[in-house]
Amino acid sequence: MRLGRISLTAFTWLVAILFVFPVIWMVLTSFKTEADAYTDPPKLFFTPTLEQFAGVFERGFLPYLANSGFVTLISTLAVLLLAIPASYALSISPVKGTSNVLGFFLSTKMLPIVAAIIPLYVISQNLQLLDNVWALIILYTAMNLPLAIWMMRSFFLEVPKEMIEAARVDGAKLPTLLYRVVLPVVAPGIAATALICVIFSWTEFFYAVNLSAARAGTVPVFLSGFITSEGLYWAQLSAAALLASLPVMIIGWIAQNHLVRGLSMGAVK
Amino acid sequence: MRNAFGRRRRGRLSAILLSALLLATGCAGAGAIGAGGQTLVIAIVANPQMNDAIALSDQFERDHPGIELKFVSLPENQARAKITASTATQGGEFDVVMISNYETPQWADNGWLENLQPYIDSTEGYDADDFIPSIRESLSDDGDMYAVPFYGESSFVAYRKDLFQQAGLTMPQNPTWEQIAGFAEQLDDPANGVAGICLRGKPGWGESLAPFSTVVNTFGARYFDEDWNAQLTSPEFKEAANFYVNLVREHGQTGASSAGFTECGTRYGQGEAAMWYDATVMAGTNEDPASSTVAGKSGYVSAPVNKTDASGWLYTWSLALPKVTENKDAAWEFMRWMTDKQFVQTVGEEFGWNRVPPGVRQSTYEIDEYTEAAKAYAQPTLDGIREANQDNTMTEPVPYPGIQFVGIPEFQDLGTRISQQLSAAIAGQKTVDEALEQAQEYAETVGQAYRETQ
Repeated sequence: MRLGRISLTAFTWLVAILFVFPVIWMVLTSFKTEADAYTDPPKLFFTPTLEQFAGVFERGFLPYLANSGFVTLISTLAVLLLAIPASYALSISPVKGTSNVLGFFLSTKMLPIVAAIIPLYVISQNLQLLDNVWALIILYTAMNLPLAIWMMRSFFLEVPKEMIEAARVDGAKLPTLLYRVVLPVVAPGIAATALICVIFSWTEFFYAVNLSAARAGTVPVFLSGFITSEGLYWAQLSAAALLASLPVMIIGWIAQNHLVRGLSMGAVK
Repeated sequence: MRNAFGRRRRGRLSAILLSALLLATGCAGAGAIGAGGQTLVIAIVANPQMNDAIALSDQFERDHPGIELKFVSLPENQARAKITASTATQGGEFDVVMISNYETPQWADNGWLENLQPYIDSTEGYDADDFIPSIRESLSDDGDMYAVPFYGESSFVAYRKDLFQQAGLTMPQNPTWEQIAGFAEQLDDPANGVAGICLRGKPGWGESLAPFSTVVNTFGARYFDEDWNAQLTSPEFKEAANFYVNLVREHGQTGASSAGFTECGTRYGQGEAAMWYDATVMAGTNEDPASSTVAGKSGYVSAPVNKTDASGWLYTWSLALPKVTENKDAAWEFMRWMTDKQFVQTVGEEFGWNRVPPGVRQSTYEIDEYTEAAKAYAQPTLDGIREANQDNTMTEPVPYPGIQFVGIPEFQDLGTRISQQLSAAIAGQKTVDEALEQAQEYAETVGQAYRETQ
């Protein structure tokens, strides 16, 4: 029994290290000089330098960061605004044809995005939305909405019926019911959904690279500019990658603390 | 109940999430462009020389108040896809685009590009006759230039002079592939982690197929005959493919089927290969002590041959002006700046002479500082580019432009499929004959389409 537990712990650590190792390696490489970054065998001990980070900022990182932040924030808010009422209508007081509606939402994820990119490009062009952050906001909202509705619906389904009935008996109308009773219970679920939307919007590359140019480029597009087919710039690429992933890591870390607290809260006492 | 699910907690959670997001977004003033003046948007391939140009672009803006430059810098494949989409649909996102001699003749034919000859002719001191003739021709249609070259390259062999000396070998100035294979066999030293030669095996029409096609050409083979019949199973083609695959399998680097320019560059730079046949721009990386442990130990000789006198490829990244560009005069002003003689001087003085964009202007090879800094490879590079035309590098006539590529739009896809077959043969997953049978089928489909339109 005890042996089983120890080996399980060891296995968990092994898997965790395997997953985290590339990230740690990226962090280490970002503090190296280019020459230190290609040595074979790789160097574990070296004199750290901030020169790569300076290089990344010199290449104009901030406008891309602002674009990514803006697109992520607005599209996530839009998803929440649309997905919360939708999930309510599909779980707590199901509308007619709920399963069809859910299936329809999911079907929009079945077409590979690459198959839709040419029409999307032409539509954006006709609407004067090429290289415009609003094109990305619309697409990211549409991209995350089905997933958000499905996720949130499962959280909404867990709200105890008794609680809603009790509120109704007390005379709560729909807005009160939604905002005072249901939302507080599903808050951790909403936070989890929002976090997923943030991550997906932040890391999305395909739409961003195809529909943006100089003005609406996001962080992943900026990051790809460090990949070169002629020349070796791994340290600088690592520094850019670290800077690109930091905001999401920080948000994830903050949200995680709340998610755990929220989940252990318990709805009915 | 209300306390347990109170507003306070919910409020704090969302406030923290929101503030974290706002913090990440900075001021979130996204999408706005600078007020007043003209903004030029330039799509560029993210290679080292281009990054130097971006770093120097402040100087252009200082000399041209009222013109603001914005660069979109992407890796080769993404840049190519994006620039093609934008130019073909007249999307108009870019005022200046960076394309190669693969796209230029096709796009000029399609009427997507502005004829640059009037701009060149009316710009005093630009000296287009200074461009190396093969480069200039590869960017021209009916004698008019449709793109101006930024840097150019051919292919050649880098070899480790110290290893050759130790083994008592002498590298000739114009080696044959047979000689190269012999050297690779003698210098192959798996015990010390040194491969005889590094050759690309990574799939991609711009990866393994580039060096492979030069071997195909010099072995007297071709992709299509003059009537667009695919020729990938001809005896010459089989001989070339067997030679390439066997050489890299027997004396090449480990993991050959996934090694491209960058991977070979790392290996050669770490002293893990005695020879490397690749783009002439590799010399810049090999001779940079910051990234290479073998700087100063290499010699460079022309691309190996079999039945031809020369076999090096020809490639150039150059700047073109899409027809839909609105600020054409300002755009030309920028293109002139980036491809002028003065730019070469500026890069040399600011960043050092081995970072000068090579292979474009003959006058670059008359600058003393440059010929001194690049003495190991300047002349072989220039010779390689000068000789890189179909007459010198092929034995049979072909219906398409290009040396290491077939200059038709379908080749991006066809070439990548052929190269996947080549990689499979290098990895030992199939025989060379099987790979060529499959590749021949792909090529036959493309050839058929051209036969029908003839």
